[in-house]
Amino acid sequence: MRLDRIVVVGASAAGLTAAEALRTCGFAGALTIVGDEPDAPYDRPPLSKQILRGSWGPERLALRDQQTLDGLNAQWVLGVAAVSVDTEAHEVGLGDGRELPFDGLVIATGVTPKRLPFGHDLSGVHVLRTLSDAMCFRESLLASRSVVVVGAGFLGSEAAAAAREMGLDVTLVDPLPAPMIRQLGEYVSDRCAELHARHGVTVHCGVSVREIVGTDGRVSAVRLSDNSVVPAEAVLVAIGSIPATEWLIGSGLPLGNGVECDASCRAGTNVVAAGDVASWVHPGFGRMRVEHRMNATEQGLAAARTLLGSSEVFSPVPYFWSDQYDVRIQAYGMTGSGAQFRLVEERPGGGFAGLYGVNGRVCGALAWNMPRAARTLRACVIDRVPWPDRSLRAFGEQQVI
Amino acid sequence: MRVTADRDKCVGAGQCVLVAPETFDQDDDGIVALLTEAPPRERRAAVEEAARLCPALAISVTDS
Repeated sequence: MRLDRIVVVGASAAGLTAAEALRTCGFAGALTIVGDEPDAPYDRPPLSKQILRGSWGPERLALRDQQTLDGLNAQWVLGVAAVSVDTEAHEVGLGDGRELPFDGLVIATGVTPKRLPFGHDLSGVHVLRTLSDAMCFRESLLASRSVVVVGAGFLGSEAAAAAREMGLDVTLVDPLPAPMIRQLGEYVSDRCAELHARHGVTVHCGVSVREIVGTDGRVSAVRLSDNSVVPAEAVLVAIGSIPATEWLIGSGLPLGNGVECDASCRAGTNVVAAGDVASWVHPGFGRMRVEHRMNATEQGLAAARTLLGSSEVFSPVPYFWSDQYDVRIQAYGMTGSGAQFRLVEERPGGGFAGLYGVNGRVCGALAWNMPRAARTLRACVIDRVPWPDRSLRAFGEQQVI
Repeated sequence: MRVTADRDKCVGAGQCVLVAPETFDQDDDGIVALLTEAPPRERRAAVEEAARLCPALAISVTDS
């Protein structure tokens, strides 16, 4: 079937990249980009870093200048959410009642923050996903002396670091034993806990939040599962996200943990998905869904090519980074708590680099303030070097953790 | 073609060095180091790919 009209739902990194790739690959038909936020496409990683700290203004987040956006020759529908898809009639339903006909559809709606079952009605209690969320939370931080960050994943840990740098009393709470342990495993997460403690953050791991206490409609404290009460003038709930697929219920598209695509990011006939919302079958790692900035770009490109007829398999080496205080963590591949970790290199200043292995193969690499090492170790992930293996010694392996 | 790399925006992902090693390098802090501001025409595809992949949007390519 000839594609004359393509609708991209999601106007952030993945959707924008897909739209650009469609044009680059020769699609000359009608292109419509729908985004539920009012803003032109902007970059999200700085929200929990430079934007919270105030070192960047929102204008620095623009993913493209206006001239480049105009050059896409697309119709932009911003500030309006897509609420349904009819895959038989080939129409996307919008929140304002309009219907957009399509021959090809790109789904890039991202994720929405999970919320606690209580407390969000109090002022001073925040989530962090959008620019608007970040600006509200920053306002709250500027007016507060103390903040409790609930959830010590990447987002919570970065926000805790930013708040600490702003001079607040910061408490970081997580039911798991250490910050980012699910994403980085025991060894690295212990280093993360040390890092936050050294900068004066109170790290409360192994406890959950029982209650968010309010006074006159404003948050005043957080009660934890060990019954301790931590005063808080602001609270950030950063307990993970849910793929934004609610609008696809009833569409017939395969939904599970996100939009379930095949190995080429295809979700249905002339329907592809990309970015945080998309799960796909990685030839090396199996079915996965990646909520990282790099993947939004790479998968946006891949999904656009698939929609235009390519059957190329999407097999990236996932990459992410996190900035906390003066530390930059960079990682490739799979680095989760299901893998073993081995330290490969350590520097006097506190930098280190290591590899993760599972099922007899290297599956991930991580560097802590050692960016060049990150790139070197990436090769081990691509080659799926046997694990454990003598050849790792070539990289200066020092000890087994 | 002219290439610029914003060292202030760079997050040290190193994607540029992976796809266009003749044009980009990283310093010891991982920050992008431009090997040439005016790479030859045949490198254009690789340089544009680097700009597209850069997660910090630190690379721009213009016609000289």
